[in-house]
This record gives sequence, structure tokens and C-alpha cells, in this order.
Amino acid sequence: MAMRPITFFRAGSIDDAVAAVSANPDSAFLAGGTTEIDLLRLGVIQPTLLVDVNELPLTYLEDTEGGGVRIGAMARMSDVARAPRIVERYPGMSQALLLGASEQLRNMASMGGNMCQRTRCAYFRDGQSPCNKREPGSGCSALTGVNRGHAVLGTSDHCIATHPSDVAVALVALDATIRTIGPDGTNTIPIERFFLRPEDTPSVEHPLAHGELIVAIDVPNVPVARTSRYVKHRDRVSYEFALVSVFSAMRVDDAGNVAELRLALGGVGTVPWRAHRAEEALIGRPATPENVAAAADAEFADARTTPMNEFKVTFAKRAIVRELSEVSS
Amino acid sequence: MSPVLGKPLNRVDGPDKVTGTGRYCGEIVLPGLAYGLIVGASVASGRVVSIDETAARAAGGVYGILTHENTPKVANAPVLIPSLAGNPAPGMSFFPMQDDTVHYWGQPVAVVVADSLEGAAHAAALLDITYESSTPVATIEDGRAAAYEAKTLFGGLMPAHDERGDVAGALAKSDVTIDQTYHYAANHHNPLETGVTTAQWDSDQLTLWNSTMGVRADQLTVARLLGIPLSDIRVITHYVGGGFGSKAMVWPHVTLAAMAARHVRRPVRLALTRPQSFTSNGHREEQEQRIRVGASRDGMLTAIRQEKLAVTSHFDDWAEPATGVSSEIYGCANYLGAHHLIRGNTMTATFTRAPGESLESFTLETAMDRLAYELDMDPIELRVKNHPPVDSHGNPWSSDGLAECLRRGADLFGWADRDPTPGVREDGHYLVGTGVAAAAYPVAFMMPVQRARARIFNDGSAVVQTGAAEFGIGVLTAMSQVGADALGVDMDVLRFEAGDTDLPNTTSAVGSMGATMQSSAVHNAGTTLRNQLVAHAVNDDKSPLHGLATRDVRVESGRMVSTLDPSIGESYADLLQRNRLLDMEALGSWTPPPLDTPHGLFTFGAQFAEVGVDKDLGLVRVRRMLGVFAPGRVLNPKLARSQLLGGMLWGLSQALLEGNQIDRQSGRWALNNLGEYLVPVHADVPDIQVEFVEVDDDVVGPLGAKGIGEVGQVGAAAAIANAVFHATGRRMNELPMTAEVVMNGGGAG
Repeated sequence: MAMRPITFFRAGSIDDAVAAVSANPDSAFLAGGTTEIDLLRLGVIQPTLLVDVNELPLTYLEDTEGGGVRIGAMARMSDVARAPRIVERYPGMSQALLLGASEQLRNMASMGGNMCQRTRCAYFRDGQSPCNKREPGSGCSALTGVNRGHAVLGTSDHCIATHPSDVAVALVALDATIRTIGPDGTNTIPIERFFLRPEDTPSVEHPLAHGELIVAIDVPNVPVARTSRYVKHRDRVSYEFALVSVFSAMRVDDAGNVAELRLALGGVGTVPWRAHRAEEALIGRPATPENVAAAADAEFADARTTPMNEFKVTFAKRAIVRELSEVSS
Repeated sequence: MSPVLGKPLNRVDGPDKVTGTGRYCGEIVLPGLAYGLIVGASVASGRVVSIDETAARAAGGVYGILTHENTPKVANAPVLIPSLAGNPAPGMSFFPMQDDTVHYWGQPVAVVVADSLEGAAHAAALLDITYESSTPVATIEDGRAAAYEAKTLFGGLMPAHDERGDVAGALAKSDVTIDQTYHYAANHHNPLETGVTTAQWDSDQLTLWNSTMGVRADQLTVARLLGIPLSDIRVITHYVGGGFGSKAMVWPHVTLAAMAARHVRRPVRLALTRPQSFTSNGHREEQEQRIRVGASRDGMLTAIRQEKLAVTSHFDDWAEPATGVSSEIYGCANYLGAHHLIRGNTMTATFTRAPGESLESFTLETAMDRLAYELDMDPIELRVKNHPPVDSHGNPWSSDGLAECLRRGADLFGWADRDPTPGVREDGHYLVGTGVAAAAYPVAFMMPVQRARARIFNDGSAVVQTGAAEFGIGVLTAMSQVGADALGVDMDVLRFEAGDTDLPNTTSAVGSMGATMQSSAVHNAGTTLRNQLVAHAVNDDKSPLHGLATRDVRVESGRMVSTLDPSIGESYADLLQRNRLLDMEALGSWTPPPLDTPHGLFTFGAQFAEVGVDKDLGLVRVRRMLGVFAPGRVLNPKLARSQLLGGMLWGLSQALLEGNQIDRQSGRWALNNLGEYLVPVHADVPDIQVEFVEVDDDVVGPLGAKGIGEVGQVGAAAAIANAVFHATGRRMNELPMTAEVVMNGGGAG
């Protein structure tokens, strides 16, 4: 437990918020705080200025031209999960939200903050162990440590920390866009480019400049998502991060072949994992258990495992097969 | 029949708890209160080279910093003895900050005291501590080659080796043998309230508000470590947010709080953080168990050999026993139980929810299930057939009930219709199975004389007192019932006081002995006072009861009446007022039977579980549980059911969720919070039923109440594992039975 003197500033406008953080290299935005306050208390992050963005007018949900939805960055997870337009157009996203954390946390946590959620890797969070994500160049304790929960896809020699978000898995499958306002103006970032794999800079998780604030998430019109699903597998029935989760949205044509497929995985990747290889392997073919299994094999062909987490590969493949079999039947 | 005893009354402390008016030990506010925070070592083996306090002291608000350089030396070295024995009860034979050596990760190396908790935390983070460290040995895997057989456990209180007959010979001649090895992950207690102590000195007098399972053990231990008289220490605890064994022994933070308060000359509150609660009050050790069982073709056990290997600290031969139940509940002439230890860089492990019994019974009861299949016998019949009327010394049970629990449970659970074939019942993605296990938990008479006081005022109201701590199990309620029953008064005129060393002694409520000890002392105090009042009345020529034999007087609702003519009588209040007595009081005491009481002493039970196992993903979901128990007299069935249900849930937790391991590189526990160290949430809790089988016990105390604190956990995990086998055809030799263990076919075996 670490407690440090800190300056707290509640921003009244987006411009004030951006200006305040931009002006101080040791500052950070504070949204719902459900992860950030933990990390402050654990001494994992050590800003000297917190700029509270909770008062900003960013809690809206609105339709966009073309039938998509724009979600304000400060919209609370629980509100988004139950919003009729989300439930109708993207049921898998609503399910992902409702399977994350607990109702109390979802009432506080914001959508923008969720995009910046940090890993649950115990070595990152202990504030002490060698960890390249927390302290670049110090090494990765998880590589040879207790790593049952760690990632098998998108890893590097420097980091195998799992991305913890559920709703981000849905958003990568839906090709959402992150909208930001920063010191250099507005920006839009396709969501898959927003989550950076660790490679040799695990401490850099997003392509955001210091002071660049997420203001909205655009979810495009994706008709197939109206039948999307999110299933989350975990040791405990509720209130736990995923061992493996699967978002899927699939359309089968009259000939019985997969015409459209959006597939993404949680719990297995260093980033919310869009299963492009599996999607490509199945498009144009019938979603038979054999074809789905081959697609899942393709997705995990480059998986890198440890003795403690290698079960996740088999687990995830079986979870994909089950999910797509159920969706197609 | 008593109008109060045995009734399912609500908790008397419920309103205080739900309205927040009950004060826990970390909520005691004193003038000038300072806040202490322990700084734990960030290496597991080595020494503190230097501690630079400059930045910490400059942070402001710091009243003092204790390190090994200025911490007072303890007056007497701690010696580990279980608190149930009534001696000083340090959790380990080691006290930190006496020199620069670091034995385990998280070992206290400093205590920072400041004017706020936040200030203490800030200053603690600014302490610049350097260490010399060496590679720790903290896991079985690291230390296996250096294992040795322990001679005694628990500070010499119990032999580590138990042997009778010729096990090797009998195994060789058995028609059927089982030989299995198991691996069990470490467990942590995780009560909602972590350990917390508020310490205040007034001249030489020390008052501690300590979150504890026994105020007397705290008083004895701290007095011995500080070298001050018992009369100078008062320990108070009115509300405790759970213990589960973590507050059964007295850990260093309690004495450190007293030392810190003396150092800064202010009252100090010292609370363990959640991560510190994983490194400050012991744990259930990682362990490996091996069992060999021999049986004849007709299903009689011929030999049991059960051995355990675990890591202990550098200062104590500690192992939770792996033999106490398995050597007794089935008759077996040839038995060997042994404990092997590895000295490593951990703190001394400790009592953790059904210590020993839960895991030894997992080993034994899953082996019994294997044996039932080998013999093609029903597992209930196999158990009943082998459960003898006497213990291994030939002593009859003080009360039994095991067979009745198994049979009653079989009826309630629908066991008769069960097809024993494994792996054939499907329900969607799940394979479904059912399992059974026996449960037993010892009644241990190692405590000293227990005492309580009863007092009645001349308006008819009463106070009953004993030193016991209420740590969530219902002591205040159950003992109010016992006191009201013994005195013959209504609950609403009686106040029960507890949790203070100024009150008559009872020993720490540990080892499932709390209800037996406390109820015996309270009952005797109440009946002593009642008898005193009745004697007074029949000898008082102004009393309508004058001249009656005391045996012809009974007491109801505070009124003494003739059993010969109920219209004749008077109230306690009338008697006292007429005689110009403001009150009358009595001490009652209960001397437990000796350790060598010629009886087998256990609370018996039976556990049943139904599970669904995801056939692809290996996830086990418990669908229903049934526990049937024979605890003798039930003081309050509502509280008893809650406690047994809680025990069964801890069994579910141990079976499927709970497990920690030490990171081999650093020697640090890998999990240190409730986000990752998993215990069940409501969604995991299936349909759970608790039932009782009535047995009379006139050995265990005047009321015949045996313990129920822990037997609810014993056998629960084994019943789940046996159900997993019935569902899948795969045996589980590893706990917790996580997805990969089930997917990969069962683990260690």
C-alpha cells in the first residue's frame, strides 16, 4: 500500500482536461477509477496530478449516420450494457459488459476508462518484481513465474501479460473506432490499432500522446452483430476475469456456408484478440465442427505457451468450436 | 424442554452489525490515535543491509519508525504452542525485527507510525531498504531432497508418527490395494476483516483491542513477549470480522502494535493490509500426501499408510496433521501415519479451517471411493462396514452417528437410485455425477479449566459473562440462550458479555471447541446461581417455597415454582428485594475431561455432492450438496446450520477454487488479493442442505454439545471429487480441481 501526496483537479471542460494533463508530464486522467485507484494505492503508477474527467459531458449514447452508435467515453458500463440500442444491435457487446467485474464496479467504470484498463499480471501489480511493462528494461518475471493466467497469443520475450477487458473483445470484433481529443486536436484510431502488442516496448499500450483523452467510441452498423454472442469461461461462476472468452457473430448463407464471421477472444491475448485467421479459414465454408476446429487450430498456430498456461490453447479451441457450432445450429 | 436452548433464535448482535453501531477493533477511536503500518521484507531469504529513513522522516507526520535497530528485544523467546492449550500462543517460534535476518518474504522489517494511515503508507514507501538475498527454498519442488521425518508437531504437543500393527506385511497380503499420491495447493484464511490491533498504554498498563479468536491467548502471549505481568494487560474484542484460524494464534503484529505505541507514546492502530494478510498470520501449507490402503475381497480394511510432505519454516516443525481422523474412523489393525517436512523460507503455517482433517480426509475418502469401485461395493456400505464401535485404543465413542448420517443422507439425497457407472450421465455440455464422503472432526480436551460468571439483579434482570470472543459464529446468541436456560430467565432480561480478559477465563474458540467450552462454563455458572437462589428461597421462612426440597423447585421466566403445586412460587426479584439484596452472583467452572478420557471423541457427519463437469472445458460446477451431522446437543439450529453450511462452502472452495503457490524466483506468494485468490461467490453456491442426526453425549460436557465449527468442511471436497469421478471416470489427485487438472486427467496421481 502506497499513499503519496497528489494534486486533484476536476476538469470542467475537455479543453481544460487536455490542457492540464498536457502541461504536466507526471499527470493522468481519472475516469471511473476502478483500476486506476487500485494501481495508485499499489504504487504501480505514480502520477503527481490527477485530472478528473467525470464531470465532462461525455456520458451520451447516440446514433451515428449509417446506423452505428457513438458511445461517450464517460458512459458507465452498466448504462451501456442495458441501453436498448446496444442490446438490440450488439447483444454480444451487452453480454460482454454484464459479464465483466461486478454491478458495483460497472456502475463506476467508464467505457473510455475500460479501453485503458491495465493487466492483472501479479508481477505488474506488485510494484516490486521485475516487470518491463511497469519498469522498462527490468525484465519479465512472468515468463518463468506463476503464469497460469497469462497470454498465449501476441506475446513477446518481454511480456506475456493478458489484456483483461471483456467489452474490448466485443469492440475489436465490431471494428469500433476510438475518438480522441489531444493537444494536437482530434484523432480517430481504428480499435485494433489502439491496442498495441507488447513487442519490445510493453510499457506502451496505446498510440496516445500524453494528454490525449478518449472522448468517444464509435461502433459501426454491423447487421450480423444483431445475433452476436459473448461467452465467458472462468473458474468461478461470477466476478472473475476470463480464462477464455469468445465473441462471435456469424451469418450462414443459403448454401450453408459462412458468409460473414466476426470472432474475437478474451483471456488469451496480450491485446483483445480478433481471430482473423480463424475468420478467414471459415469464410465460404460450412461451419462444421471439423472446419471450425481447423480454423481454431490456425488461430493458435503461433501460440506460445508455458507449462502452466498451455491448457488455455486446448481450452480456447474447444470453446470456439462449441460457440460456433451453437451459433450455426 | 427448554424454552430457549435449541431454538433457532436470531443473532442478538445482528442489529449492531447491520446498523454499523458495533465497533470492530480497527474502529476504536482514542484521543491522539496514531497509525502504524508494517513494512514487509521484499526478499525471502537474506538480511537487511541498510535502512535509510531520511526521506520517510522528511515526509511529515511521522511519529516514529521501528526497525531491527531500535525494536526492543522480546523478554522471552516465543515458543509455539496451540492456543487451545491455554498457554502463551505465538504463531511461530520467531519474533521479527530482533536482528537483520530475513527468513521469509513479507517478514516485518519495519513499522512506520504516523498521524494518519495515508501518512504512514507514504512514509513506508519512502523507506530505502537494501537487502542481501540468496535463492529461497519455499516449495516442495525446491526442497524435496532435503526432507526429513518430523518427530513431533505443534511445538511437541503431538507425535508426528503414529504406527500400529504391521502395515507392510498387511499391505503385501491384501486382496486389493490402493496407492495414490496427491498434491494440494496452499490455502489462506482471508477473513473479511484482516488482523488489526489498537494498543494503548496508560503508564505501565496496556490495553489491546485486538481482532482475535481468544483474548486470553493474546494477553498471555503479549505479557510473555514484553515481560510484563498479566494483570497489566487487558485485551478487549467485541466484534471480529471472521477468523478461520488466522486469529487462533497470536502473530507478531499484535505485540508490534504494543511496542510501537510505547515507542511513540501514543495509542496506535496497526492493521494488516490485504496483501499483508497473506504473509502475516500463517497459511495452510502446500502439501503432498500419499496413501496406501489394503483391503480383503469382502471389503474389510487391512492396512492404511498415510504420509504427508510439506514445507515448514526455519523455526518450527509445523504440519497440519494428516493422520488424526484416518487412524480412527475406520477400524484397521495395521496403520502408519507419518509427516515429512522441508525447512524453507516461509513463515510457520497454522490452523486453517479444518486443519489437517480437511485434506487428510480428502486423501482417505477419495481412496475409499476407489476401493469401493475396486471391490464393486457401494461406497456407503463400505464405510459403514468398516466403521467400528470403538476407536483404535478400544475406547467407545462418546457418541457416534456416522452410519446414521450416511444412511440418512442417502435417503435424503436419493442415493438408492444411483447407477455407479462412471462417465455415462450427460446433460448438455455437462457430465453429471454424485459422490459421498464421511466426515469427522475431533473433540480435543487440551484446554484448562473454563470459567464464567452469572449475576442477577433484584429487578430480575441478569448478566452472564465469560471471556470468549465473538468472531461471527454466534457466541453471543448461543451463550445468551445457554445462560437463560441455566438461570431459568427469559432472553430479554439477560445480557451476555464477552470478549474481555477482565471477565472469567475461557480459552480461544479454536479446534471447534468454542461452543463446548463456553456452554459448559456458562451452564455451570447459571445453574450454580440458580441453585443458590433456590436454596435461599427454601430456607427463607418468608418465602412461599419455604421448606420445600430444592429438587422440587423449578425456575421459569425468573420465577421459582413448586413442581408439586405450580401455584406456589415467587420470582427471583421478590426474593432478593425482600431480603434487601441488590444482587446475587456466582462463578461457574468446567473442568474438561482429561486428555486420556477413555472415549473416542469425534463429531461425525456425512457429505454428499452432485456435480456437472463441462466435458470439453473441464470446469466443475457443483449442483447440490447435502451434509448430515451428529454434533450432539445443538444450542441454536439456525446458527449451527449457518456454520455447517459455511464449512461446506469452504469445502467447495478448497475443492474447486482456492490455491496459492509461491513464486520460486522470489519466494513470494503469487496471489495476494481477493480478485485473484478465489473463494466462492453467490453464483457458485448450489442448493445446499444441512441436516442433523440426534446423538446423546454425556462425556463432552454438561450439555453434550460437540463442535460444529469445522466438521462442515471435512469430506466436502472429497464428496465433490468422488462426484467428479462418477461424472467423468477421471480421478482427481490435485486440489483445487481447476479446469486444466480435470482436462488433463486429474493431476498428481
